[in-house]
Amino acid sequence: MNQRLRLALEEAVLPPFVALVVALVAGDLLIMAYGQAPGTVWRMLLEGTWGNAYGFGQVLYKATTLTCTGLAVAVSLRAGLFNIGAEGQLAAGGFGAALAGLTLPPGTPAPVAVPLCVLAAVLAGGAVGSVPGALRAKFGAHEVIVTIMLNFIVLALLNYVVSARLHVPETLHTPEIHAGAVPRLATFVNGFHGSAANWTIGIVAFAVATVDWFLFRTKAGYELRATGLQPAAAEYAGVRVGATWLRALALSGALAGLGGINFVLGYKGYYEDGFTGGAGFLGIAVALVGRNHPVGVVLAALFFATLSQGGLAINAMVPKQIVEVLQGIVIIAVATAVPEVRRVLRSAVLRRTRGGIPI
Amino acid sequence: MNAGTPVVTPAVRMRAIGKHFGAVQANRGANLVVRPGEIHALVGENGAGKSTLMRVLSGMYPPDAGVVEVGGRDVTGWTTAQAIAAGVGMVHQHFMLVPTLTVAENVVLGREPMSTGTFDRRKAERDVAELSAQSGLVVPADLLVADLSVGEAQRVEILKTLYRGARILLLDEPTAVLSPPEVSELWKVLRRVRDGGATIILITHKLDEVMAVSENVTVMRHGETVARMATREASPEEIARAMVGREVNLAVWSSESTVEPGRAAALEVRNLVVRGPRVDRAVNDLSLLVAPGEILGIAGVEGNGQTELIEAIAGLRGVTSGKVLLGGVDVTLASVRARADGGLSHIPEDRHRRGLILEYSIADNLILGQQHKYARSGVLARAAIEANATRQIAAYDIRPANAALPAGALSGGNQQKIVIAREMSRPFIVLLAAQPTRGVDVGAIEFIHAELRRARDAGKAVLVVSAELREVLSLSNRIAVMYGGRIVAMLPRSEATEEILGSYMTGARREAA
Amino acid sequence: MSVLLFIAQTIRIAIPYLFAAAGGALAERAGIVSLTLEGFMLGGAFGAVLGAHYTGSAWVGLLVGIGWGLMLGSVHAVASIRFKADQIVVGVAINLFAVGITRFFLQLAFGSSSNSPRITGFDSPAGGSPAAFLANPLVWFGLLVMPALNFVIGKTRFGLRVRAVGEHPEGAASVGVPVSRVRYAAVLASGALAALGGVYLALDQHQFTDSMTAGRGFIALAAVILGRWNPLRAGLACLLFAGAETLQIQLQAAQIIPSQFVAMIPYVLTIIAVAGVVGRSTPPAALGRRGE
Repeated sequence: MNQRLRLALEEAVLPPFVALVVALVAGDLLIMAYGQAPGTVWRMLLEGTWGNAYGFGQVLYKATTLTCTGLAVAVSLRAGLFNIGAEGQLAAGGFGAALAGLTLPPGTPAPVAVPLCVLAAVLAGGAVGSVPGALRAKFGAHEVIVTIMLNFIVLALLNYVVSARLHVPETLHTPEIHAGAVPRLATFVNGFHGSAANWTIGIVAFAVATVDWFLFRTKAGYELRATGLQPAAAEYAGVRVGATWLRALALSGALAGLGGINFVLGYKGYYEDGFTGGAGFLGIAVALVGRNHPVGVVLAALFFATLSQGGLAINAMVPKQIVEVLQGIVIIAVATAVPEVRRVLRSAVLRRTRGGIPI
Repeated sequence: MNAGTPVVTPAVRMRAIGKHFGAVQANRGANLVVRPGEIHALVGENGAGKSTLMRVLSGMYPPDAGVVEVGGRDVTGWTTAQAIAAGVGMVHQHFMLVPTLTVAENVVLGREPMSTGTFDRRKAERDVAELSAQSGLVVPADLLVADLSVGEAQRVEILKTLYRGARILLLDEPTAVLSPPEVSELWKVLRRVRDGGATIILITHKLDEVMAVSENVTVMRHGETVARMATREASPEEIARAMVGREVNLAVWSSESTVEPGRAAALEVRNLVVRGPRVDRAVNDLSLLVAPGEILGIAGVEGNGQTELIEAIAGLRGVTSGKVLLGGVDVTLASVRARADGGLSHIPEDRHRRGLILEYSIADNLILGQQHKYARSGVLARAAIEANATRQIAAYDIRPANAALPAGALSGGNQQKIVIAREMSRPFIVLLAAQPTRGVDVGAIEFIHAELRRARDAGKAVLVVSAELREVLSLSNRIAVMYGGRIVAMLPRSEATEEILGSYMTGARREAA
Repeated sequence: MSVLLFIAQTIRIAIPYLFAAAGGALAERAGIVSLTLEGFMLGGAFGAVLGAHYTGSAWVGLLVGIGWGLMLGSVHAVASIRFKADQIVVGVAINLFAVGITRFFLQLAFGSSSNSPRITGFDSPAGGSPAAFLANPLVWFGLLVMPALNFVIGKTRFGLRVRAVGEHPEGAASVGVPVSRVRYAAVLASGALAALGGVYLALDQHQFTDSMTAGRGFIALAAVILGRWNPLRAGLACLLFAGAETLQIQLQAAQIIPSQFVAMIPYVLTIIAVAGVVGRSTPPAALGRRGE
């Protein structure tokens, strides 16, 4: 039983550990290939991210969006589905928030406007997410294919609406919202000055705690996880599997949509075509490294946010694109090495106990 | 004569084979000696390690320990391709056929005839037709395997091994899916193949098959080989004792019904028609009644609609027409949960797929299907869940007694105890028990049978479906035989014998049910 | 608008789809999920530019492009086959990786974050006529790739084995088919084929631009699904998508429908197809399954 506990611990620690080691080793190689000293570059990366308030603020800002998309992917995977449509849902959420902020009359007080804009973001993301959910529940359409295709559809649709109907001339963004802006952290903590970090982080922290409570403390969470682990058993237990899938993907889309407020309400004050910049896809990596656990997702989001902000910090010495290469390598490494190491660990434990777990 | 020391070089000799998968030690120090030209039975209970040992022999798994010799040559750790080249062919319990390929393509796969650099389909079909005629295994070569019956599919499997020139044939539970006439046909084919000079190893857990066709028998228990004997010098009791490790009484336990005449049925099924995965009428206009205080056993070869019947009663499968009544209430359209709340308990046939969530803790599994009773305004009542777990673990002796362990870490018998504890510790009037002792050890079988009888004695209506004729005979007050989606016989226990049930199971005999 | 011009334009647009969809169909028939086509194409395009830039030869560009496809394909193959990683995760990662690595080397080799210098291509010097593009050998390869793949999958031993390992790998393994080797071959070939799609794009546009494949790999995947994993039907789907795009380009001046809506056609059709509204499409049974 001790071994089981240790195994569980190792499973929780393993993915982040692999991610970190691989990022360091592969990063070293790339930096050296570029003819720079890894030590210097890493120090620069750390100083530019966790070493000063501005950099740290930027890390927090990026991690906020990534937490939302990572949480979205994690919730879908807990239900046994793979939502790779977070990119489109994130965009839809951002657009929803902007539309609400543009519709509200100027001067609407923040305690009214912010919740309404957040609600619009969540509803927009949730609506996009419920499409693959409904098609899966009703027709058995594979959600991976539907969510991929839906990404393109949503992005094309938003591109059309913004470019043809709503844009400020010469740009690809909407006018600034009249109400619903979320204040920057800098207005409270001076050091964050200039960074995009804003109080969306508080809203997202609340969402993380709520999702954790929902998954592990409620009946609906019990049923959602049961559906993901063994749909036939969930059906046997009286769970309506199709409805659970629909709810899970709607919730997943809503969480991704929530991420949209970080840019729209907290940073720029408008919706801009292409603001998602791959954060939806990176959510897959965040969920993977975070073991589909809300707390893990937060830590993984900080890790990937650090990498991506760090790229800018080291751009003077090595091209910032090095970070995108690293992210790809880290994901592949975690996806391959973790199951492999787990297999090795399992058989090592078995050899110690001779003949399996004592029963 | 001592069967353990053959004078000729053995066709197969396996020594001290060890093999584990994850948490399960499937083989430990297993030994097997098979002489050329014999039919050798490898027997043991479910999970004794027979299939694993044969897969090691056929090159599918390398052993963790031990030596494998074929024809005196050390072949330890060889690949399937090498095994096939050396004339070792395996017919798997779960067919290894590709449904989207034709019979001929399946037979030649891996050893395809070629002409001018490409696959010669015409030659493949010719060769297969020829082999089919020679061996008496008749199957049309150009049909898709997806369109074959189970018996035909098995013939394709045997053809596959013969096509590869197999001299040593391994058959894993070949009769599990066959009807008795198909079984005797199979024995004929196997004897013909044996007389042609081949060696056959037959995996089974059915003693009548051992006695019917084998010359020698090796017995496995808990991954070890515990006995080897000449079949004609051994008695079924002796083999059974070796299988389970202690004295067993093969005589059938007889039981008396406590049903009072004239009491209303607790479960009634009326003219039920249910669609199956392959056929429109897997259950075909079936009616039955189960009264409080009786066990109705359903016997039959697997795949005759039993699964669909149970799933339809439980609400897991829609019905085409007909009715299901629970305690006199029509529940045909009711949800799974409504039926459970209405007094239906269900021990499903596949506990890994339906009955348990292996990653969930014992405590969480003990409320599966009851989760709405353990939640207050949507929030799980942890204290109540833990208290329930402590109670059930003690009452049903679930080991290890640690409610936080995942169910997947338990033995088959203890897993089944979780299911039984859960289904029998709540109020119910009808209990569905599908294959209740599949894959559990003998100790657990006795416990489970006692629990089912206890439910009956407490006035519950119990419907048992089992592929084991002995189990049905030992538990039931009345026995129904299912064949082709219908009940073809309904007998009181006192009139049922294995012979009579067997003849109904084959469809050879019918009565109006 | 002449019919000839329409056909010529449709074929030009369809060629990258045809190559990538051929790669996708082959890998998926062997049971390996092909979300990677986009990354393979991008790698192929960049490789072609590298090769053509340093040697001045389009043929060398083609070979280097294939080399990049094989490299990315081997990452996919090793991760998915040897390590049994989740093929969807690996697919997404390879696409991210391809974007990053091409940007990185674009910076390294050409000192630009957006595009490479102009390179040579396969064009005939004559130009002008709508049929000029037929001088490009890749056009002919592209038009023949689906019939050829159909023959390989349907009639050859390799194809028989690909179908077997994609439907029932355990069954194929039990008769000595080297399942992993067949899958390695299929995934590597898929990398090379999809890369050819990228090679064509880069040589046709005479340069590499950042993320120039712009979702074409996913359109190719959509064609595979719409074609129900059959090469000939997938090829027709590619032509259909390309035809719609051509129509949109030629009607652009008229402003009848916004280009964004035409761009959605492949995706919408694919969703309709997987929802089974027009006949269910059944993927290979073992697609994406991780043998544990």
